[in-house]
Amino acid sequence: MDWDHYDPTVTYDEFLTTEGTPRQALSGVADFLGTLDANELLRRQEAAEAAMAAMGITFTVYDENSNIDRTWPFDVVPRVIPAAEWRQVRRGLEQRLAALNHFIDDIYGDGKILADKVVPRELIEGSPNFRAECVGAEPAFGVWAHICGSDLVRDADGTMYVLEDNLRVPSGVSYMLENRLVTKRVFPELFRNLDIQPVDDYPSRLFDLLASLSAHPDDTVTAAVLTPGVYNSAYFEHAFLAQQMGVELVEGPDLFVEDDTLFMRTIHGPAKVDVLYRRVDDLFIDPDVFVPESVLGVRGLMRAWRAGNVAIANAPGAGVADDKVVYTYVPDMIRYYLGEEPLVPNVPTFRCDEPAELSHVLANLGDLVVKPANESGGYGVFVGPASTVAEQEEVAAKIKEDPRNWIGQPTLALSTAPTLCDGRLEPRHIDLRPFILTGNDSYVTHGGLTRVALREGSLVVNSSQGGGSKDTWILEEDA
Amino acid sequence: MSSTDTLLLSRLAEAVFWTGRYLERAECTARLVQAHTELFLDLPRSVGLTFVPLLALTGSEDVFTELGGAPTEENVVAHLVAEPSNPSSIVASLTAARDNMRTTRQLFPRESWESINLLHLWATAQAEECTNRTVRTGWLTAVSREVQQLTGLLAGAMSHDETYVFLRLGRHLERADMTTRVLDVRATTLLAVRDDALRPYADVQWVSVLRSLSAYQMYRRKVHARVQGPEVLRFLLQDEQFPRSVRHCLTQIGTALPDLPRHEVPLATSVDALEHVTTAEVRALAWDGLHEFVDDLQGRLAAIHDAVDETWFRPEDSTPADAVDGQPLDDTAAAGATV
Repeated sequence: MDWDHYDPTVTYDEFLTTEGTPRQALSGVADFLGTLDANELLRRQEAAEAAMAAMGITFTVYDENSNIDRTWPFDVVPRVIPAAEWRQVRRGLEQRLAALNHFIDDIYGDGKILADKVVPRELIEGSPNFRAECVGAEPAFGVWAHICGSDLVRDADGTMYVLEDNLRVPSGVSYMLENRLVTKRVFPELFRNLDIQPVDDYPSRLFDLLASLSAHPDDTVTAAVLTPGVYNSAYFEHAFLAQQMGVELVEGPDLFVEDDTLFMRTIHGPAKVDVLYRRVDDLFIDPDVFVPESVLGVRGLMRAWRAGNVAIANAPGAGVADDKVVYTYVPDMIRYYLGEEPLVPNVPTFRCDEPAELSHVLANLGDLVVKPANESGGYGVFVGPASTVAEQEEVAAKIKEDPRNWIGQPTLALSTAPTLCDGRLEPRHIDLRPFILTGNDSYVTHGGLTRVALREGSLVVNSSQGGGSKDTWILEEDA
Repeated sequence: MSSTDTLLLSRLAEAVFWTGRYLERAECTARLVQAHTELFLDLPRSVGLTFVPLLALTGSEDVFTELGGAPTEENVVAHLVAEPSNPSSIVASLTAARDNMRTTRQLFPRESWESINLLHLWATAQAEECTNRTVRTGWLTAVSREVQQLTGLLAGAMSHDETYVFLRLGRHLERADMTTRVLDVRATTLLAVRDDALRPYADVQWVSVLRSLSAYQMYRRKVHARVQGPEVLRFLLQDEQFPRSVRHCLTQIGTALPDLPRHEVPLATSVDALEHVTTAEVRALAWDGLHEFVDDLQGRLAAIHDAVDETWFRPEDSTPADAVDGQPLDDTAAAGATV
């Protein structure tokens, strides 16, 4: 592979310096890629795609009713992060989740941060993700967001930022695990010669975390993964995690609550469930309390949870901190609860509910990225530099109608990584979603899911919007 | 309880059971179309054999009539092989098996999911070309072989636990059902042959009955006489060792059931059916009463299916919420499986 045509100066490139030489820590990988010609690399890409198809690694796009699964788009060239840098990021993520969990526990408890006016009360109480039904609940260890997927991006100057924290039902971890499996199949020689941190302990870590939440953690724990069903876009992942953890994958109709205790219907009769890893949005988990038409949940679940007879991960109500406006207060939360400075910064963000910042956003729509506060999966995101005047007017009207629901951010020049496009390596923009587990202690995946915008120039990495993914390597430097 | 640490969900047990049925159905139908194609080539045109009997045999007539195609070889074969709206077609059976396995993949060895997935991808892509007789043989043989391989993989790589019992139940019920269907449709048309000129071909047709069930070779090893109706009936209904005989299937069901909790009713139903088959004077049925006998037997197989369904797939619990809802549990549970 030669790099003559490759332009590493679009923005910060993860692989090459602006001079076009491989970054120091990546020289081992660069040497190896150097031994492959374009055909060989293409052959490996095809081998990876064939493996993905055989393994049935799929995801669903919501508007495609006809086809319930698509093969997961995958780029065979790994994204590499030096271990020394990752250690710093990992500490930053643990710090962040500690603060976020303090915050959620505080919001549903004493509300000190609101009383101290660090976070405005109306922001929380008016939030569509605030669940009044959770006030006063006391989940184990004071932890609400047990599983978090935070999105990290690197800007042109090389700084890593947290773009958002997914605290409701973050997905993608199974693709991280499968990507590694496939990469091992297609680049076995690299795993022999380099120290790449393994990722496959995630399911055991997750199971240990879930078991620790049980009211009787020392007894045999029955845990289950609650899925909305086979038509959900992340069903593949739900089944994958249940299988890897050796627990049941359940749907609403499999469950019922009696005497404030959760049971599943088995061929032996009812069996008590101690811990439920729910992959259903909390609005749908209990028709007695939330959306009454929901058939995805189970009547009485909230009662059983509040009685302490079943643990739920993530706890209902945890999504209150998964809001792009609340996000802007996370650095303040870290200072308030932990007395520390944030180790990984937020992307500078304008809150449209503050008049000065609203005017700034409206005046600079052509340069900013504007996002609704409560959407995920890249839906509703407006990218200023790629917009027409008509689109700007349209989004301006929406913002003015409901300023609380919008934020603006500078358009980051997301870093690029070499990606196989039409038979040669091209720089494509990427992000990273590590997963953070929090219980009595915490765990951060070794790397995470790297998503890549496969279209040239595109900054949108979501799989639902034409993105793909890469294996992510945390690489130990030679001792 | 054969094991104390697994808790098989009723919904999953149902999906596994249907996986067993659909895999077997795909294999049986492949065998059937193949055997019929061979018979079609062997018989003189004056016999007037068409592919239409296959529609009745697989219970596909209604859907075929609805779609409105002429009953030509091409159309009937396409209907049985590739038609997605025909629940008995091979492609639909493989799709249903895959869908059921997809919702239960955590219960199966990982390779088995990859295997059904690849089979489904391949079979669906090639199915259209099966109207061509040369392509057809290769495709049908490959489907049978792949399903057999998957069955072998499951037998050799997954624990023979409760989940596996449901797979076996589904497989053997479907297999017994298919054997009775072949006998019913085929043999009754055979019995109707009164024209002496066509008599010689009756033997060929009985051979075809055996071939439809991959029974010809084993029949020859067991029965040292020429192929004739009464012996074929006895072999396919009552032979103890041939794995596609109704008796063998019912014996398998009877030995599998005690591994499940609360098995009393299904077991009693299957024992009844087994006794009925074992004690019948089946040779005489070659001349009279076969259709009625098979009809009754199919009713007994359906009764086993219903007993399995009610015992394990429709668990009762006293959730008052469901009653308030006015939603029968049957509906919600049934929604889980592709029926």
